Amino acid sequence: MNILLRLFTSSLGKKFLMALTGAGLFLFVIGHLVGNLQVFLGPESINRYGHFLQTTPEILWPSRIGLLAFVIIHIWTSISLTLENRTARVTGYEVKELVAASTASRTMIWSGLIIFAFVCFHLAHYTLLVVHPEFRDLQDAHGRHDIYQMLVLGFSSYWVSGFYVLSIGLLCIHLSHGTSAMFQSLGLKNAEYACAIDRFAKVVAVLIFLGYISIPIAVLAGVVK
Amino acid sequence: MNVKLRVWRQKGPQTAGQFVGYEAKNINPNMSFLEMLDVVNEDLTKRGQEPIAFDHDCREGICGMCSCVINGEPHGPEYKVATCQTYMRSFHDGETITVEPFRAKAFPLIKDLVVDRTAFDRVIQAGGFVSVSSGSAPDGNAILVPKPDADLAMDAAACIGCGACVAACKNASAMLFVAAKVSHLNLLPQGKPEKDRRVLAMVTQMDEEGFGACTVTGSCEAVCPKGISLNFIAKMNRDYFGALFKAGPKPAAAAEA
Ligand code: FES
Repeated sequence: MNILLRLFTSSLGKKFLMALTGAGLFLFVIGHLVGNLQVFLGPESINRYGHFLQTTPEILWPSRIGLLAFVIIHIWTSISLTLENRTARVTGYEVKELVAASTASRTMIWSGLIIFAFVCFHLAHYTLLVVHPEFRDLQDAHGRHDIYQMLVLGFSSYWVSGFYVLSIGLLCIHLSHGTSAMFQSLGLKNAEYACAIDRFAKVVAVLIFLGYISIPIAVLAGVVK
Repeated sequence: MNVKLRVWRQKGPQTAGQFVGYEAKNINPNMSFLEMLDVVNEDLTKRGQEPIAFDHDCREGICGMCSCVINGEPHGPEYKVATCQTYMRSFHDGETITVEPFRAKAFPLIKDLVVDRTAFDRVIQAGGFVSVSSGSAPDGNAILVPKPDADLAMDAAACIGCGACVAACKNASAMLFVAAKVSHLNLLPQGKPEKDRRVLAMVTQMDEEGFGACTVTGSCEAVCPKGISLNFIAKMNRDYFGALFKAGPKPAAAAEA
């Protein structure tokens, strides 16, 4: 049977695609964090970085298209598998005992969908600039788009920062399970390093959480202004 | 000791079922859970009522026939123990125990606590075998098996196919069972000739039976009476994708067929 057909129709194949795209998105989350943390180096650094990305279409567009494809495949496989999983048990149990299953593992679809809603807002906010069209006119001394100023203005709003922190919290929960499950689904786990992977997933999730929330907190605390 | 039972009673696949309350009196704490049900059934029979139907056979934890979800846990509260080896001393006097059948679309209910697990048989038939040459008995030591491989294959082979993994999984997934059965043969040189075909066929059959997919919650491993490890699922995934992506030159005979 055809490989693609198996990948897109079998349960293991869909899990494989979900894990593979999850791995790509995980790397993006880390790359994006590293880029954003430049805000602590001052306006020059992050504005130069932003200008470089915006004026380098050969990096920008392949990344955007790749990310979009990954997001679509990740969400499609998760919804498709969730629906199949639902139909696998028609009658539920009277007494439900959650043996070993962590909250993160049982709520992946919900944390994921809320994160997706956040990503849509986040793009509208800082990339498409439809939430605040006036962000378009922010320019620094070199005539570049003033990303630094945009971040400060954007995160000065308590509800923007609040939704941001909440979503990053969900992302942290999602990754605390997702990162280790990804290794499992790709078949890259064994008794030797299974524990190490589980721990790695949790530690990285917390580091990502702290890294991202440091930005709105620094803005609200007036450290970054 | 005395316990109160709430047991799922259902005459057949088509009729509606409900929980019925029973009292099990003067139970010896060292009776197994099934022996306690025997006592209740004896009493029901004496009173001219229909006894509770439940699956069982060896009653020593090796056949995989006993099932039941006891207080929300397949095979009851003890770790690495099947229902037949769960003893009443694991419950306390006066406790109300809820007993339900395994629930999964792929395990249709037959009666009361008895479900049809032949879906597992069909998964085994799809690839859970090795080809042997008939004729005179082979030399016992002709094929060398490294001891760690033999031990690991034995761990996988410990699966008794009871279906507790499916019953516990929030997705009613059979991955732990299938992974154990695939790994058990794929780990051994005797299973090598059919290795790729085996994993592809068994996974396809698993999907066809309507089991869910794995979310890696770990419930299956936690309730497994034989403690089959989640790592076997990773191994099955590895074998599956290995089989899928392997594309060496095709033998000319395969092209003609
Ligand atoms: S009756 Fe055989 S395993 Fe329980």
